[in-house]
Formats: sequence, C-alpha cells, structure tokens
Amino acid sequence: MSRGGPELVCPAGTPAALRAAVDAGADAVYVGFRDETNARNFPGLNFSRRELEEARAYAQARGAKIYLAINTFARAGDLGPWRQALADAERIGVDAAILSDLGVLSIAAQEHPGLRLHLSVQASAAHPEALEYYRRSFGIRRAVLPRVLTVDDIRAMGAQTDVEYEVFVFGGLCPMAEGRCFLSSYATGKSPNTVGVCSPAADVQYRPRADGLVTQLGDFTINRFADGQAAGYPTLCKGRFRVRGDDTHIFEEPTSLNAASVMQDLVAAGVSALKIEGRQRGRAYVAQAVRNMRALRDAAVRGEAPAADALTDLAEGARGSTGAYRKDWQ
Amino acid sequence: MTTDLASAELTLGPLLLHWPGEAWRDFHYRIADEAPVDTVTLGEVVCPKRWPFNRPYVESVVERLQRAGKRVVIATPALVGSDPDAGLVRELAGHGLPVEVNDMAALGLLRRDGVRPAVAAPGINSYNEATLRHLHQQGIARVVPPPELPPASVRHLAGLPADDAPALELQAFGRWPLAISARCYHARAYGRDKATCQYACAEDPDGLPVDTLDDQPFLAVNGVQTLSHAYACLAGDLPDLRARGVHAFRLLPQDVDMVAVARVFRDLLDGRADTPGALDRIEGLCGEVPLANGYLHDAPGAAWYEA
Repeated sequence: MSRGGPELVCPAGTPAALRAAVDAGADAVYVGFRDETNARNFPGLNFSRRELEEARAYAQARGAKIYLAINTFARAGDLGPWRQALADAERIGVDAAILSDLGVLSIAAQEHPGLRLHLSVQASAAHPEALEYYRRSFGIRRAVLPRVLTVDDIRAMGAQTDVEYEVFVFGGLCPMAEGRCFLSSYATGKSPNTVGVCSPAADVQYRPRADGLVTQLGDFTINRFADGQAAGYPTLCKGRFRVRGDDTHIFEEPTSLNAASVMQDLVAAGVSALKIEGRQRGRAYVAQAVRNMRALRDAAVRGEAPAADALTDLAEGARGSTGAYRKDWQ
Repeated sequence: MTTDLASAELTLGPLLLHWPGEAWRDFHYRIADEAPVDTVTLGEVVCPKRWPFNRPYVESVVERLQRAGKRVVIATPALVGSDPDAGLVRELAGHGLPVEVNDMAALGLLRRDGVRPAVAAPGINSYNEATLRHLHQQGIARVVPPPELPPASVRHLAGLPADDAPALELQAFGRWPLAISARCYHARAYGRDKATCQYACAEDPDGLPVDTLDDQPFLAVNGVQTLSHAYACLAGDLPDLRARGVHAFRLLPQDVDMVAVARVFRDLLDGRADTPGALDRIEGLCGEVPLANGYLHDAPGAAWYEA
C-alpha cells in the first residue's frame, strides 16, 4: 500500500516511458527484459540489463519501485534465459519479480530466496485456494488477479488468503483467463505464453477488397470494415465472427478496461495495488494514463466518487468497459 | 521404458460438451461396453451448473466402466474462480477415484484436504521439466500438456526419466480446448447471460460454430470454453511420439461415433491398421470437420500435415 491506499503499478516498455510513469506519480513500474522471458515481447520494446540498472536508480531516487515481469512459460530443455533473468533480477535489485510458470517459480524460490515474488496474471490464479498454494509452495507475496473476477469475488479474497492482490484498472481487456488461451497460437503457431506476443504483427494482414478492408490473423478473417471506418488491430478475441447467422463480437467488443466507475469498490475490497496495462504504449500515453489514474485512485482513497468518463479519451474504441468487475459481463 | 506402440495407453478424456442426463449415461455405457480404451475420465470440466444433470448417473457409470476393466479418473473444473467451482472440485474428488486437476486452486485445496491428485490436465500449463518436477513432487503421476506444446518440448518432456517425472499423455483426437473464461459465450450467442443461460450449451452437442465473416469454419463455443473447429488428430504422428516416450494418447469425445474412433486408434497402436488406412477411416467418421495437428509441426494449430 502507498500513502494510505493501494499502490499504483504502471507499465513501461522503454526507459523513456519508465521515467514518464515515475514522474506522473507511479508507485511502482513494471518492465521486462528484451527477450522471450516476458509476455510483451514486441520488437523495439523492453529493457537491456544496463537500461534496467539505470531505470532502477532513477526510480529508487524518486521513491518508486521496479517490478520485473519474467512471466512467460519457460521452454523445455532450454531454461537458460529464464534462469538468467532471475539471476539478473536479483543482481540488479528489483523490488519484485512477476512470475507465472511453476518451473520458474520453483527455481526462483530455491535459488533466489531473497527475491520478492509476485504471481503474474498469466498464472490465472482466480481463487484464494490457488493463491494459498503458490504462497505455501513458493512464498509469493502478491498475485495479479485475472480479469475474470467480479468485485464481489475480489472482496471475498481478503478473508481467505494472506497473499496481497493486485488488479487491473485500465488498458487491454482479456476476456479469457490469461495464460490459458491458445487462440492466437491456433491461428498463427506463435504462443503468447512462450513467445510473449498475442496476435503478432508479423501474422496480421490488412486486405482491401470490394466489400471493405479485411483484417486477417494467419489464414483467418478477424474483421471487415466499411470504407472510411477505422480498422482496428485484429486481436483475435476482439474480432467479429459469424455465429448463429449474426456477425457479432462473440467474445468481446473492441473495447478496453476502464475501472474508474468501480474504483472505490476495488479500494474497499482490499486490493493492495491497482495496475495499468500497456507496456507496448508510448510515453505520452503512459504519462497521461498514470496521471489520470493517480487522480482517480487518490479520490477513491479519500472516499470521493470519480468522474466515470475520466479516461474515455485514452480507451480503444469510443468507450471503456468495466469488464468482468460487474457480474452482468458474464 | 517400453516404447512399442502396442503398449501405449489409449484413454478417453472428459466429455467437455453438455450432453445432459441419460445422454451422458448412455454415451459412457456404450464406451464401457464397446470402446477399446484403457482409461476413461469422467467429471465436469467446463461449468458447475451442468453437473446436477449427470450426478444421478455417476455411480452406475463408474461401476459399468470398472466392470469392463477400465480405469476411471475424475476430472475437475478448468477454471476455479468461484466457490461453486471449488465445491464441485471437492464433490468430484469425493468419489474416491484418481483425480485430474485443471487449475492450481484444485491442486491446492485437494492437497490441503489430504487428497493427492494423479493427473495434471492442460489448465496446469506444463511447459517444461522444472514444472514437471514440481508436479511430480506433489504426487502427480501424469501430465496432459497444453495443446500448443511444441514438438521439441514434447520430445524433451517425454524423454525425461520415468522415476523422476510424470508420464506424458497427449490429446490425439477431438476439438482442442483453446480458451476458458468467466463469460459464457454460449449464453451470449443466445442473447442471455451466464445467470440466465437456460442451458443454451445443450442445444449444440458438438459446440456452437464460430465462423469467420468469410464463412471459414474457425472455432466452436462450448459454454465458457472455446474449442477449435478442427478435430485434433495425431494418428499420423503416433509412432514417432510413442518412440519418443509419450505414454498415453487421449481421445476427447465429439458428437461422432467415438467407439469407432477408439477402434481406429487401437488398431493403429496394435498394428492392425496403417496410417493411411486409419486416416481414411477417421476422415470418414468426422464428416465435414477438418483434422488438425499443426501444433506438433511448429505450425498454426489449425494446420494439417498428413504424415
């Protein structure tokens, strides 16, 4: 907890975004190394070892923490990159490592007992019994909860576990249990769990046709847009498909998460941290999202209702969604 | 370790679809009486609201399967996110059969209850030897890895010493379970939500087709679960996988003649059918639904490589 309320945990895909996040009021910034050990392994993104050392110094001087995501599932017969990431996390002195793989957690607990461990959302630990298992087995101190739980589910956590819990409040919205979704690899052969990229750009095509602009992932049409309509990125679960004769966003609308309207409920539910998604975002986006979320969080901690449209401008599409936090989403 | 084909175990995985009540019972009775599988996994993996339909028949189904000489395993939910999910884990484990866990919450709560689950299903995300070692230490004797596990990883994990790692079981037939959510897409497609679903999932015994806007068959919705449209089929890959040390092959029930499917795979393992003949028979049983084995060929899961 920070300043009498949940920590604000913010994304950074570059050193510039990290500085922007810290300057805008992040209590903690989460980052990844520039390789397949983290789940936002996009070209041109993430940190070298030296950049992380510098980032840590910058954050530490300003009272902010650094969390390092090592949250992909390690490759059989080739655990080296994940072992190295753990060793470097400890050497550089990050405030926590965010892990999801049982094997990587085992190695961390046995070989790096000084490292504070957080459970990644990629582990999709959605019940206090799961959190307690990871605590007993590996000593995790915090879990990032999957975006499938209602506020009531989250409130019930506190009484049943000693593990801190962190929830997403803004940014991308996975409708599936994270880390257990093989849709992208079914279409492209590349797994978000192991390679660290969902719906990878290399497998995306935008094809102008007589009937409009078609977006594809691998061999599969994900959406079609009329002339003049803004074509969204073909993230598989946000696509439009034909189901029972209707063309519909069967899984999720092309929207993103904005929990502003349930912020007070989340604070009251005892969350230890509020997380902004978006390590792939530029520093201007990060700075604005952090500033806005800082204001919303501080208002919620003071017991004030937020302006529900506070972050609409940043959201994909025209509006944000509270996602699974409200039960009618299910 | 013996790795000849005939000694491979053939299993019937849990029915992921909703065939309620007598349909559930009669399907499993027929499996007991006619299907040449060694192991049958029962239970409810997808939605706790379904189980009350099948609960009245579980004892007679277990008895019939065991009388037929089959090992019976009980599978638990793929996403434990609520107390009803956790309650179903406890209820299913209470049958005293070997338990298959699909979520770390199930492993955690059963271990605390003094139950040692035997099988880690795909939801446990077993990708590497360090994960298998941890699971082995928890008493897990068998692992069914996630569908997307690449071939090099399959070979590595299947080749681990048997006394130090769980045995590997691969899904060899049926729609791949690709995703799980708290949202019921089946209810959504029928204009309802999870609380008011009226068991929309029972309307589509082989899953609800999700086609692209260009009418390509793509996925199938099964309640909160999303399946591939294509049926996984590893018939052409079996000899190599077995030689590498894969212990068992799992058939997932689809709305086709599963007894006939099991016979094809058994014939293949026993040398009574060759691969082209087996594939012909499987294609004949599956109608319009394409087969897929792309994951085992470092390709999109939907791809098909005829051996």
